[in-house]
Amino acid sequence: MNSISNIKAITKRELAGYFSSPVAYVFIVIFLLLTGSFTFLLGGFFEYGQASLERSFFIWFPWLYLFLVPAVGMRLWAEERRVGTLELLLTLPITAWQAILGKFLASWAFLLLALVLTFPVVITVNYLGSPDNGVIFASYVGSFLMAGAYLAISCMTSAITRNQVVSLILSIVICLVLVLIGFPPATNFLTQLSDTAWLVHMLAAFSVITHFEYFTKGVVDSRDVIFFLCVIGFSLFTTGVILRSHRAG
Amino acid sequence: MIKVNNLTKAFGPKVAVNGVSFTVERGEVLGFLGPNGAGKSTTMRMITGFIPPTDGTVSVGGHDMVNDPIPAKRLIGYLPENAPAYTDMTVEGFLGFIAELRGLNGDAKKKAIHRVVEMCFLESVLYQSVDTLSKGYRHRTCFAQSIIHDPDVLVLDEPTDGLDPNQKHEVRGLIRRMGERKAIIFSTHILEEVEAVCSRAIIIDRGQIVANGTPQQLKQQSDTAGAVLLVVRGVAAPQVVERLSGVANSRRAAIVKEENGKVWARVYPASDNRNGELARNVLVAAGSWQVEELHTEEGRLDEVFRGITLPETGKQRSQTEQQVSV
Repeated sequence: MNSISNIKAITKRELAGYFSSPVAYVFIVIFLLLTGSFTFLLGGFFEYGQASLERSFFIWFPWLYLFLVPAVGMRLWAEERRVGTLELLLTLPITAWQAILGKFLASWAFLLLALVLTFPVVITVNYLGSPDNGVIFASYVGSFLMAGAYLAISCMTSAITRNQVVSLILSIVICLVLVLIGFPPATNFLTQLSDTAWLVHMLAAFSVITHFEYFTKGVVDSRDVIFFLCVIGFSLFTTGVILRSHRAG
Repeated sequence: MIKVNNLTKAFGPKVAVNGVSFTVERGEVLGFLGPNGAGKSTTMRMITGFIPPTDGTVSVGGHDMVNDPIPAKRLIGYLPENAPAYTDMTVEGFLGFIAELRGLNGDAKKKAIHRVVEMCFLESVLYQSVDTLSKGYRHRTCFAQSIIHDPDVLVLDEPTDGLDPNQKHEVRGLIRRMGERKAIIFSTHILEEVEAVCSRAIIIDRGQIVANGTPQQLKQQSDTAGAVLLVVRGVAAPQVVERLSGVANSRRAAIVKEENGKVWARVYPASDNRNGELARNVLVAAGSWQVEELHTEEGRLDEVFRGITLPETGKQRSQTEQQVSV
């Protein structure tokens, strides 16, 4: 029980940290503006003439998250190291695990809030037609899990450096690779380049796009859920290893 | 309470702390002295469990810091160097956060915050954001954080750094009072602080302990310990030196300064002079001189400190060490 209350205290502090500065509000406004404009201007929401959010709304998420999620996660550890509070935090009677999990959950909850605030799109599509709300809900679950995977990777890169910009760029690059290896134009290009289709196929299995697509089609497959949870678990575990190796000098 | 045994820390090829051993019991205030980069902070970071030692052990209240860190950390209050604090929180929020992680909730938390706020004079900034605080307030906020759970062991890395003289005096008093019931280690550059607060002092240089004792014992290693200072008026300096050189029990006599017709002369003892014998001898030798002042010196800590840690002596020492290791 002790560990849960420790995690809760850290999560609470971290969340309060987002909202005590303008960062949180700026982020949410930009996130909503981008999702809105992509959906209605680029996504061709009205042109499709379908009561669905798959191709006009959710298709943008792997790309939007690419920049927005690392921006949320970059400060998690880099800031602690820069200001020196890491020393304070890790000499308190808590384990590094509780600290990692508490921070991760806080940022994930923040992203969930931003995601929930896109609800007007759902209302719009329900007003205009009669979409399959089960599919929309599944897409939201997938989107939330994908945000968690991106975030865990940002958490890991944030632990590497005390410079937030370095952390941001590193996590964008890693996430971009995870997107591209499943992005049809990129995979098609790779198959043309050589005839190792099996290799391209295997790489695509590691892509967030491949797994996210199933959610947007309304399929919640345990394999896709497990994929995202594995990325989260692996990245957070690596975060712990990086923090420990830094302290060992 | 604190047992440090053969503690060693190497960062790559550079050995920052080398075979440091000491113990601190309840009721002791241990001063940790040393030049910059001597390994003070690294030692403290190992004691508090922030970085693991390369070799050796730290045990706090019987709990090993590496194998059983959580109970050990529970006993410790720690003020890191530069007093870091979460800049985006208010003082109250920050103290509350630390209190929660120290296992204090509800009423106990409120009481603990109230207690440390009063002790550290933080009432006026309680609802202010940490990044708007002056250095002194920020420092005291971090200090308050370290004592919020009334710990048995306190590790303070330069607790008076950046404080004004009044605040320094206040914090020293606080440390001395708390030292009656706790085991305290604190590091400092300020030697007068050691005399004012510590029951024992350790001087560390290039990662090794070079002196360990009470401030009194350390001072006695000084060249001037036991020397007698005599101030006379209306006598020529050479005459003073001549007469004082012959005093029984003395090694030599020297003029310290001459000013406004007064002469300051110091007589160094031949052997241990703790009973005032030399002072009486000097007074007899002075005879009919107009004596303005006469006292036996205790020795000075800064002299001892400089004698032990000056770069020249250090170089010689590391050269001999290298020869030994070859």
